[in-house]
Amino acid sequence: MLGRIAGRTEVYLAGVLIVLSVVLFILNPKFLTAENLFDVLRNNSFLGIVALGELVVLVSGGIDVSFTAIATVAQYVMGVIITKYMVESVFFAFLIPIPIGIALGAFNAFLVNRTRVHPVIITISNLNVFYGLLMVVSKGRWIYGFPGPFRDFARLKVLTLISEKGVDYGLSIFTVAWFFIAFATWVVLRYLPIGRKVYALGGNSEAARRAGFDIFRIQLFVYCYIGFLSGIAGFVHAALNQMIQPNAIVGRELDVLAAAILGGASVFGGAGSPLGVVLGVLFIAFIKNGLILMKASAYWHQVIMGLIIVLAATLSAYQQSLERKRRRWV
Amino acid sequence: MKRARGGRETQSIILVGVVTFLIVLLGMLTKGRLLGLDSLQSIAFQLPLLGILTLAQMTPMLTGGIDLSIIATANLCGVIAAIGMTRSGLPIGVAVILGLALALLFAILKGFLIAWVSVPAIIATLGLMIFIRGVSLVLTRGYVIAGFPGSFLFLGNGTLFGIPMPFVVFFLCALFLYLLLTRTRFGTYVYLLGSNPTATLFAGVNNAAVLFKTYLLSSFLAGIAGLVMISRFNAAQADYGESYLLLTVLACVLGGIDPGGGFGRLPGVVVSIIVLQVVATGFNLLGLSSHLASALWGLILLGVIAINRMIGEGEA
Repeated sequence: MLGRIAGRTEVYLAGVLIVLSVVLFILNPKFLTAENLFDVLRNNSFLGIVALGELVVLVSGGIDVSFTAIATVAQYVMGVIITKYMVESVFFAFLIPIPIGIALGAFNAFLVNRTRVHPVIITISNLNVFYGLLMVVSKGRWIYGFPGPFRDFARLKVLTLISEKGVDYGLSIFTVAWFFIAFATWVVLRYLPIGRKVYALGGNSEAARRAGFDIFRIQLFVYCYIGFLSGIAGFVHAALNQMIQPNAIVGRELDVLAAAILGGASVFGGAGSPLGVVLGVLFIAFIKNGLILMKASAYWHQVIMGLIIVLAATLSAYQQSLERKRRRWV
Repeated sequence: MKRARGGRETQSIILVGVVTFLIVLLGMLTKGRLLGLDSLQSIAFQLPLLGILTLAQMTPMLTGGIDLSIIATANLCGVIAAIGMTRSGLPIGVAVILGLALALLFAILKGFLIAWVSVPAIIATLGLMIFIRGVSLVLTRGYVIAGFPGSFLFLGNGTLFGIPMPFVVFFLCALFLYLLLTRTRFGTYVYLLGSNPTATLFAGVNNAAVLFKTYLLSSFLAGIAGLVMISRFNAAQADYGESYLLLTVLACVLGGIDPGGGFGRLPGVVVSIIVLQVVATGFNLLGLSSHLASALWGLILLGVIAINRMIGEGEA
């Protein structure tokens, strides 16, 4: 049992996270205050939610880099509707971006399945199509001045504490949503038939095809799932920032991809877990937060992020080559 | 998955048809200005940048990989050369060689990771893209480095017998790559490796060495593109020309390179580069938004892929 646990990416990552936290705490004790941690969790809920969608696509052996454009289109349409008609119901506002996300995801799935071209090329194209058309139609205008309930909703906390300075802080509703989605994704991937099929397709697509699985249905599910989560994340992003800039999200595809890969998702498909991805997002979030707390120049962020991705990819490739060797000798 | 030669020929014919239609349409919309001497001259100055970068992207794609770090490499080479020429006051030749050397230094890391550690090309080059851009950002602090010696500006703005210098550089790069891919053992291995790596391995080809050289080659060409770029703009920055990244992939696929690797020839890619640049200049003359252009690039790429697919199915 212990052996089974010790070999897993999640365990390594959790260990690294603990070490990292201690180091950051020593460098700046402010890091481990509840206020700072709640802040980090809240600010990364957008990233955390889309990373879970990316995980599902990666597990199936695909990849999606168009989700930033999907989230942007979804939140922009929502923004236009709720500010134009002054929609008071937050729940109704929440429902707007979701079908948009699913529809755009379905479009990705259709193209990936029919053309058989690598999904990276399909989704890079669609990133440009979705985002380019949105920019043409919206002329890049920002949306702000949301209805009152929408503003209050963003401040909702599940747990509220008051700091010494009298400012209240706590566990944001968006963090709770992120963790709930992580749990739901885990249940889907682990216990639902469709989830098992996603792993099967990513593990060996030829075997999945010969076993009689409907490949298109699995692909439709994974690309719609990331579309669905992009829609939710678009809502979260708009609520967190209380405005919608069409160029705020696009360009962060690689952050999300990096988090998912760090969390143990394989670009070859068939491997990865929601827990690992949550830890991966937290790892990147902690590093960024630590750099800010240490007042490191922003120019260094990219150097360090790049190094981390390269290191993580190297380790995971090395691990896989060990695995292959072990199998050969058995 | 393999497509017969006949399919490729049909695809080229369709491509030429679409292109002719687009150029005639844009020519009419711009009332002939598109094909006037002025815009041809400006096309000849602008095309080489996209062109050389696309050549850099082509070899990795032939092996079934991709190189997302070419723009970052180009900018790094440009930034190093720019710092050498301005702040450090080095002779132009030394600064240029220093820039290319640094580009190759990162290429060694990139090639090593992909060839020997078997990191998927897309991930390795993604990480290095962010890393290399970060290094340029640290070096420039996000500022623009401008004001190069006059003789260096010749590379991007001068003409040789009436032909713009960048175009001469592009022509030389294309010729070099063409000879490399069609006349050398390395070139043959690139194609074979791209279509079936297991077969080349069993045939005794050192797959890792071929991949390593492929990524060195792509960084070298990207470095040259970087030099042409800073000379043309008379300025260097960490994040110039990032929108070119998708365009290079588009130009390759449009030019008949199979993203799965193994198929596609250089002349097709050159034709597609010319087409993309003519269309871009046409958009520019019409004053269309660059976002509309990028949406159209995406649609064109999807369209070409769909056409390829239909032809493939027709034969099967």
